[in-house]
Amino acid sequence: MEHLLPAFELLLQPAVIVALLIGSVGGVVIGAIPGVGPAVAIAILLPTTFIFEPLVGLSLLLGIYGSSMYGGALPAILMNTPGTAVNALTTYDGYPLTRKGQAQRALGLAYSASFFGAVVSIISLVVLMPVLAKVAPMFGSREIFLAALFGIILMILTHRGQVFAAGMMTCFGILLNTVGMEPINYTQRFTFGQSWLSSGVNLVVVVLGLFALSQAFLLLSGSDKHVEPQKISGSVFSAMREFWQHKRVAAVSSGAGVGIGIIPGVGEFVSQFVAYSYASRTSKTPEQFGKGAPEGLIASEAANNSVPAAALIPLLALGVPGESLTAMMLAVFYVHNVVPGPQLLTGQMDFVIALYLALLFLNIVALLFLLGSTKTLIRVINIPNRIVGTMVLLFSFVGVYSLRNSLTDCLIATGFGLFGAILKRLNIPIVPIILGMVLGGIMEAKFRSAMTRIQSPFDLFDRPISAVLIIAIVGLLLMALRTAAQHYRRHCT
Amino acid sequence: MQEKTGIEQPSVNVLKMFRRERRRGDFVFAVAMLVFSLFLLASFPSQTTRAEFTAWSAQPTLWPAIAVIGMVIFAVLNLLGSVMSPRIPGRLKELRVWLGFTEFAGWFIVYVLLVPVLGYLPMSLLMAVALFWRSGYRSRKMLGFAVLMGLGTVLLFKTGLRVNVPGGAVYEWLPAGLRNFLIVYF
Repeated sequence: MEHLLPAFELLLQPAVIVALLIGSVGGVVIGAIPGVGPAVAIAILLPTTFIFEPLVGLSLLLGIYGSSMYGGALPAILMNTPGTAVNALTTYDGYPLTRKGQAQRALGLAYSASFFGAVVSIISLVVLMPVLAKVAPMFGSREIFLAALFGIILMILTHRGQVFAAGMMTCFGILLNTVGMEPINYTQRFTFGQSWLSSGVNLVVVVLGLFALSQAFLLLSGSDKHVEPQKISGSVFSAMREFWQHKRVAAVSSGAGVGIGIIPGVGEFVSQFVAYSYASRTSKTPEQFGKGAPEGLIASEAANNSVPAAALIPLLALGVPGESLTAMMLAVFYVHNVVPGPQLLTGQMDFVIALYLALLFLNIVALLFLLGSTKTLIRVINIPNRIVGTMVLLFSFVGVYSLRNSLTDCLIATGFGLFGAILKRLNIPIVPIILGMVLGGIMEAKFRSAMTRIQSPFDLFDRPISAVLIIAIVGLLLMALRTAAQHYRRHCT
Repeated sequence: MQEKTGIEQPSVNVLKMFRRERRRGDFVFAVAMLVFSLFLLASFPSQTTRAEFTAWSAQPTLWPAIAVIGMVIFAVLNLLGSVMSPRIPGRLKELRVWLGFTEFAGWFIVYVLLVPVLGYLPMSLLMAVALFWRSGYRSRKMLGFAVLMGLGTVLLFKTGLRVNVPGGAVYEWLPAGLRNFLIVYF
């Protein structure tokens, strides 16, 4: 309570409110356009936020991050095309409802579930914050190193069917982070005698290339697919009342989103699948799943929208981002010399609470905006791919060039754009490169400082959190081996 | 014959574990990544320097070594997965798609090179119109929309958010008042 009023004061600054409004509304629109998505938008806007105060910049990016999934549900339900990747599961039950002529019902359920998931996660995390503030200072260098290592291993293992590619990309990201002058011993690493590589590879440039430029290249070289969205009529409010009949599914799904969202490296996809399979297992009509089950739609939307608030926890408490979007936000913190980690929670709790209040506010704005603009947004969904591609290309220029007015940055970003486009064509994950870059840097620094206090490997177990993290890492690897053995027995013998 | 099959079966079965979803061009990419990883491994001694009187945990070579060795191991496993998975024909077609991306990379580079010469506003308008034209949107209405898109981008980022994009060299030829106005806002 003592932090609540100062947090409100921070939040009620006009610039913060404007940033939140633009971010929330912009996020819904961006989410509704298939082929753009929050990662592209945040990558483009990232350098422009460096001129703002940290809370203003973060509010803008949080607005896009938190509200894009609302917008993404729209084309998922009406056109069977998810606006953002995390809305893919929404198509399973959302589109069949639309085909049954119940588009308004599907939209109402999706909006309610999204809002419910977001609010539950924000409230639970604000309530949990005092506990986190006590636990976070128990994380020293070795714990943060182990948490980052745990996140990286988990992220690689969650890419089922692409584990080796994800591992390769993660290592590539770690390598990219090491390129340039090493900051302690001042030795060159992988610069190949090129002066432009001495200062290293800029994370923002890589992000812009991999997410924004690659998407522009893909959209511009593809063809325009026109899918006529179903006409909608009536009101979404009756569906919002119906949502309460499924409050158990919504609550469990939101809980899954919060619990899984906190773990670095996992995010929306896993929480959605956990929530969806729970809803299917406990439903009285499991045969309806995939054919228009309201519980399926609610599980998917509640779970994915409860993740953003939870994903901020490892970032704020430990300085360890859980996925690419929070990794990009870490860059905003660093630019403003706000160092996320235990000190932030203990020293600047007002700022942290203000971020969560901002998340709550943006969810309200996004919901109200959607309720009033769904029919207008349907036109936005249908913007042809190549026009969206042109827009992304023009915007990407601002992102890369405004950083340092450097032609070299633009060339590097173009190279990563080409690489990213090929990766997307091959369905090889891009996020591990970014997390490898960010977590690789954190691991290198923390490992170096932790090892000065460690005499033998047993010292790792003399602190409870590091012992738990080591057990978790070993358990994770054993589980992966067990899964591989089961796979071998089932499919290969 | 029986004996031979009996010997080969376990290793073949283990390799089956590497099967995964494979798209067109997967093999080419897997080979390219392995070659790249091996190149990095071969370059490792010349591209890193060990620090004297420094513990192994603080060596500047440690993390590049972890990254490069990790890349090689995963690249080998990824290639194995590609070889063991059912192939979808169309490798050359896919390579042509990849080459197609370079056209738009070229457009982007031209944009980057010409902004400091012609200015942000003129180049954004030109770029938007040219890309619309290239995409087949050539009606007056669509080209008008392209102009609005270029103008909107400049108004949003340079005029509104005042992002750091320099004025064009051609602005120098304009009268002083107009030149300053254009440099600051467009």
